[in-house]
Amino acid sequence: MNWEVVIGLEVHLQLATQSKIFSGSSTRFGAEPNTQASAVDLAMPGMLPVLNEQAVRYAVLFGLGIGAEIGQRSVFDRKNYFYPDLPKGYQISQFEQPIVGKGSFTVTLSDGRRKTIGITRAHLEEDAGKSLHDAIPGASGIDLNRAGTPLLEIVSEPDIRSAEEAVAYLKALHTLVTYLGISDGDMSQGSMRCDINLSLRRPGASEFGTRTEIKNVNSFRFVERAILSEIERQSDILEDGGVIIQETRLYDAERDETRSMRSKEVANDYRYFPDPDLLPVVLSDETIDTIRASLPELPEAKCERFKTQYGLGDYDAKALCDSQAMANYFEEAANAGGDAKLAANWMLSELAAQLNANNLALHQAPVSAGQLGQLIVRIKDNTLSSKMAKQVFDALWQGEGEVDAIIERRGLKQVSDSGALERLVNEVVANNPDQVAQYQAADEGKQKKLLGFFVGQIMKASKGQANPKLVNELLNQALN
Amino acid sequence: MSVTTRQLAEVATLARLQLRAEQAESVTRSINEILGLVDQLQALDLQQVAPMAHPRDEVQRMRTDEVTETNQRAAFQAVAPAADEGLYVVPPVIE
Amino acid sequence: MTQSIRSLASDLRQGKTSAVELTQDYLQRIQQLDGQLNSYITVAPERALAQAQAADDRLSKADAPLLCGIPIAHKDIFCTRDLTTTCGSKMLANFVPPYNATVVERMDANGAVTLGKTNCDEFAMGSSNENSFFGAVKNPWDLNCVPGGSSGGSAAAVAAALCVAATGTDTGGSIRQPAAFCGITGLKPTYGRVSRLGMVAYASSLDQGGVMAKSADDCAILLEAMAGFDPKDSTSSEHATTRYSEQLSTPIAGLRIGLPRQYFNDQLDTKMSGLLQDALRELERLGAQLIDIDLQQTGLAIPAYYIIAPAEASTNLSRYDGVRYGYRCSDPKDLQDLYVRSRSEGFGAEVQRRILVGTYALSSGYYDAYYGQAQRARRLIAQDFAKAFAQVDVIASPTTPGPAFGLNDKTQDPVAMYLEDIYTLAVNLAGLPGLSMPAGFYDHRPVGLQLLGNHFDEATLLRTAHQYQQTTDWHTQRPGLIAGGDA
Repeated sequence: MNWEVVIGLEVHLQLATQSKIFSGSSTRFGAEPNTQASAVDLAMPGMLPVLNEQAVRYAVLFGLGIGAEIGQRSVFDRKNYFYPDLPKGYQISQFEQPIVGKGSFTVTLSDGRRKTIGITRAHLEEDAGKSLHDAIPGASGIDLNRAGTPLLEIVSEPDIRSAEEAVAYLKALHTLVTYLGISDGDMSQGSMRCDINLSLRRPGASEFGTRTEIKNVNSFRFVERAILSEIERQSDILEDGGVIIQETRLYDAERDETRSMRSKEVANDYRYFPDPDLLPVVLSDETIDTIRASLPELPEAKCERFKTQYGLGDYDAKALCDSQAMANYFEEAANAGGDAKLAANWMLSELAAQLNANNLALHQAPVSAGQLGQLIVRIKDNTLSSKMAKQVFDALWQGEGEVDAIIERRGLKQVSDSGALERLVNEVVANNPDQVAQYQAADEGKQKKLLGFFVGQIMKASKGQANPKLVNELLNQALN
Repeated sequence: MSVTTRQLAEVATLARLQLRAEQAESVTRSINEILGLVDQLQALDLQQVAPMAHPRDEVQRMRTDEVTETNQRAAFQAVAPAADEGLYVVPPVIE
Repeated sequence: MTQSIRSLASDLRQGKTSAVELTQDYLQRIQQLDGQLNSYITVAPERALAQAQAADDRLSKADAPLLCGIPIAHKDIFCTRDLTTTCGSKMLANFVPPYNATVVERMDANGAVTLGKTNCDEFAMGSSNENSFFGAVKNPWDLNCVPGGSSGGSAAAVAAALCVAATGTDTGGSIRQPAAFCGITGLKPTYGRVSRLGMVAYASSLDQGGVMAKSADDCAILLEAMAGFDPKDSTSSEHATTRYSEQLSTPIAGLRIGLPRQYFNDQLDTKMSGLLQDALRELERLGAQLIDIDLQQTGLAIPAYYIIAPAEASTNLSRYDGVRYGYRCSDPKDLQDLYVRSRSEGFGAEVQRRILVGTYALSSGYYDAYYGQAQRARRLIAQDFAKAFAQVDVIASPTTPGPAFGLNDKTQDPVAMYLEDIYTLAVNLAGLPGLSMPAGFYDHRPVGLQLLGNHFDEATLLRTAHQYQQTTDWHTQRPGLIAGGDA
């Protein structure tokens, strides 16, 4: 039977502040347990929250980035529930008056289709700590280093219709927030986590089906797999005439299935109410304008500009705009080298392959954008053949110094002097009379093959430095 | 409005408090007396009045994003009922 | 033992006494007399003497603050570094904070000597000091009566001269009501005037730290040391403080004092009414103008308060879960058992009652009817006061319906206990300052006149009380029973 999938996503984004949202503790990842948990984070008696300005700025930046309404008056509420990783017994969040209101976000799917996904809201809240289950035998250990890390919870409308759309949305969101610089987007460290609300209905139905919520999925791949397995689970139930129970589920990657989290099912009544320890956050037009002025060029706009300004094709432009670091690298290399297409080609082939092979991020690449630009300069002025350029690139990668120094040291100058090359050509022709005869007797197809022999001889004689294009021209003249 | 002992048991669960059978009735009674004291509020039409969460209409001040705290784990865990390996220890958390 | 801060400060500077001697005297009095009162939960002799020694060193140099070397006590709701802070609760019976409340920090910086921590109702919830895990406090004027609450230990200790002055907190009258019952002067400042950092929360939007002392003059000196902006409390005000103690001598001629018809009505005990009328005549004689006013919304204060305070308390007290500090039940069988038993065994009956009421008032389906309505009523009350303060400078009222009541008289009837706060709690909802000063004796028990002021106008309240205290001597009278022990 045929089902329409209805998905809404709640993305929890850790904001890239130095300190926590309500305390001066560091947000650095990976510290020893509880060494970054202050009296405020531990909810020691009498401790009070004070709001981090940067967290607010980042939230507004996100809102402006998606063209959403900005809540000029937003209110922090207490969301009450007991959990060992929640020291106060409530989470400070925003309920009725979030800092970012309605907006929308358009993504491009693999078939080129454009899809607009509504953003219901985005609100600021604090992250919880972590419960560790293996550290202490027979007990759980609580690490509160993460407690109080600022989160922006981005809630989408139930506009998503497939796993592919969900992943495209998340990837685009990831690109956006890293462009905005509001999050490091490092999913392996939990910087971006996702709750999936999923239900099925008959195509054309106006009512939504009963939904389940899959909590805390933390990679694109797992989001895709969790959705696919939950679709299968729900459709199996529905097709057997069963009903879906509204519940919270957990995705188990090892078994590739979702399972019910019954422990969280204890009837929750969060009793939201305005946190009396915090006052309403009021943002003036002026403050918002100042934040707007700091908005960087966003991925879609940059991609369009790359196409018009640098004449790049759609595929290359998109690939280069995937991250701001990549786009910046490209622009620097293109400007230094004076050839945008060459810069794009080198980045998307050689550079990408090397990064991939060595499992490095762009900012870790040993070849700088300036160096790549210089390499392009030497290709353009015929100093380097593409084969030589590859050698120079490898040398750059190995850290052997600057482009010209490598060319010098390795004696890699391409010979483009037609007088010198002519002498070489004539020599090779004279020394191989049999092959010349064969060539002249052959048909056009065979001639091409035989020409390769002469080119090879000449390149060998020139120690690979002959300009191949020129060699071809001169050989044609000499043989025909 | 008044609350039944059963409702109060649910409230107690939310608050993680025990409502022991022998005191359930007397607690319910005293809470209903308190609710009686506040019941007159229900009758009022206050829809035109904005709720006041705070005694003065001021706005939130913000702090600069700086790390100002240092590690004080030893001092904090000295008052913890159970800590081990730098972690606070609780009965197993099941998910 | 009845000297004012100014006179003690002068003695200290003239070498008539030293901070160490003064501290020793008070420690000795506590040891001799507090068995009858139970006003202290913790006495800290070593710490006090070390602070006194440091104060003497500082006094030997120039420019020591007025409070330098003055022995005071802190309500046991203010966190004191390395000194047990119990909040009157079994939950925190062994809690030693690794930090100071801002109030404590400021008193320390002024050189005041901390004798110890005074008894109070558990987490400041109560009007009689009978809700303390560490036992009830007795009223020094009548040991069969309560001292009031929740700052009952501070009030009793000041009245019995077991400290020169003390800190208190006031959420619905917890400074003013015990001040009235014990015949001392107590001031709850404007919300935001005194930092709440390190002051363990009962109801965050109502709690305010303040001062309890023998006179308005002493209160002014203490407030000056305590008040002011704290960047670590979001609700702390940046409104400038003034030198309260330097404005006391300005006469109150022309001061407009409002008398709310809703407070001075036929429901007020006749004897109380008579005592208060005498006090008001005296203020009039000093040049104040008495004006009848209306506070139409008075009736909303009790219901609004008894929703808002428990609602906030119910979540403020969620942090006491037996995990990071405080009481933990023995051998919890699982996580829920740890929570439920730690909290049920660690909190007393009244605290649990308020948590239940507050949880209920916030719960789904009841929020609008209770909490939402209460917050709207709160605005009406605040507007009511704003209108009144357009007409008058100060509002006068009884502090309490009557004098101190007997121990155990109201413990079985929470509603009767709650109604004790009828005159005091409205200003907490509106964030206004309020002061109670001794205004005579009902039989042998003191009663107070309450003065309410506009936001940040503590100076006028203190000045009015001070002027009154220049021509009356209620505030200098000491309980005979306890004064007798002094001989």
